Amino acid sequence: MTPLHQLTIEEALARLKAHTFSAVDLAKACLERIKAVNPGINAVVEVDEAGALAQAEAADARIAKGTMGALEGIPCLIKDNIQAVGTKTTAASKMLAGYESTFDATVIAKLRAAGAVILGKTNMDEFAMGSSTETSAHGATHNPWDLTKIPGGTSGGSAAAMAASMALFTIGSDTGGSIRQPAAMCGTTGFKPTYGRVSRYGLLAMTSSFDQIGPFARTVGDAKRVLDVIQGQDSFDSTSVSENLYVKGAPASLKGLKIGIPKEYFTPGMDADVEKTVRTAIAKLEELGATTVEVSLPSTDYALAVYYVLMPCEVSANLARYDGQRFGYSAPAATLKESYLKTRAEGFGPEVRRRIILGTYALSSGYYDAYYLQAQKARTVMKQEFEAALSGVDCLLSPTSPTVAWNLGEKFDDPIAMYMADIYTVSANVVGVPAVSVPCGFVRGLPVGLQLIGRAFEDERVLTIAAGYQAATDWHLKSPAP
Amino acid sequence: MTITRENILHIAKLAHVGVDESEIEKLREKLSTVLAYVGKLSELDLSKVEPTAHVNGISNTMREDEVKACDKTVRDALLTAAPAREGDYVKVKAVFS
Repeated sequence: MTPLHQLTIEEALARLKAHTFSAVDLAKACLERIKAVNPGINAVVEVDEAGALAQAEAADARIAKGTMGALEGIPCLIKDNIQAVGTKTTAASKMLAGYESTFDATVIAKLRAAGAVILGKTNMDEFAMGSSTETSAHGATHNPWDLTKIPGGTSGGSAAAMAASMALFTIGSDTGGSIRQPAAMCGTTGFKPTYGRVSRYGLLAMTSSFDQIGPFARTVGDAKRVLDVIQGQDSFDSTSVSENLYVKGAPASLKGLKIGIPKEYFTPGMDADVEKTVRTAIAKLEELGATTVEVSLPSTDYALAVYYVLMPCEVSANLARYDGQRFGYSAPAATLKESYLKTRAEGFGPEVRRRIILGTYALSSGYYDAYYLQAQKARTVMKQEFEAALSGVDCLLSPTSPTVAWNLGEKFDDPIAMYMADIYTVSANVVGVPAVSVPCGFVRGLPVGLQLIGRAFEDERVLTIAAGYQAATDWHLKSPAP
Repeated sequence: MTITRENILHIAKLAHVGVDESEIEKLREKLSTVLAYVGKLSELDLSKVEPTAHVNGISNTMREDEVKACDKTVRDALLTAAPAREGDYVKVKAVFS
């Protein structure tokens, strides 16, 4: 029998219902798995064992009564920038070291209501800034497929924990690719919903107009199950949208589907073997009955620049609250001003400070028009291009990342090289559309991810297309040793 | 567009982020590299384009201005989280000296 921690959510729910094992058994299996493999990976930064077992016992009581929620008894791990009572929320920063969560994020409240068992928190790049989970105050996370390599970022902990089967699903956040890129690096399935579909209340804000919470899971079907639980309009998040905007319906099969391949996405800088692997996946989709057509996204060359202007600007505003007065790290100081300066100099790591300064500069008088306003206009153009490209097809397809996982420490000092890792993922955040990364092969033993991008609010459609690919392949079922 | 040492010091002051003398040059170099990269947006003629602030076109999501009491447990947790506290007040240094 499959070890409990390697089951899909679907399989686990069926067996819990059939009393093959209990929710406590399942939670214990995941907790044991974390103890066994996390020391070498550092994906999990906090385990709430007592809390998890209490939740599992409550789940067992509901299972016995026959009132099972959509995720009853299913163990999960949460990225450490999401508030969950009973755990700390540190955003992997010294600024929030030891900060006890004060309330449940809406997503967490929904997961609990569905019966999910929260095991603890996962590692991330500090304040969700990075592409490798190397800027964490808890130390780097290692890729379970090769411990000398990065797991991707910023949800590297959630991706690595999923790949190493430490839980049956994990939760991350995606602002420029932070779910999809680590999903690709770690050979797991990761999904970023349409902007506004999932409440951001309780997610430590990084880039408010891009951030979305989303799932990592073993299969697209499992990811969809989690999405169904966490989505929904929330009065606490004024940017969350009514369910009336969700587009229902998905294709019955891949036959006759049209998939657009943006010609600008197969760039000279990408790894030739990654390109080959993705083209093999394209061939597979064609074999399954889809047709591919070349589309164009002329602004692709500017997408990263748009992202790296708008994001630091919003970051500079969102991180102003960390000032040592109401919560978090507070440096000893003689005056209030000195308290602000010292707290923020000492509490934030270098990348965070770099982006705050960059954002403040781009918003400052004299530079606002050239940078921020220009980027917002470019955002309009990008949105129009995506709508045009998506109008004649069912979804777009691209590699998730131009490379496979690189060595820990390799790109750390080169900001542009690091930023280039997000080149295929940032656009979906800039224009607000749903995008999923699914495993599609290996290059030199390291996972490769395939990205599918849908129209706004057609989350079901893009997930169904990805599920069609998974039904005919088994890349997503592969796990790293042990 | 290169960013100068003076720019860094001025911006850091605006952003209330202390910068140590030893890191100013490295910060200046890295930010100059990034600004040169993002500066290519100025190549685009976007004079006739409207800016996008919200990608799904929602604006002015309002609610009634009514006070909703805070859960006591949350309130206690928030006050406990304050670096300095006096009774039910968060204690801070004087704004004006």
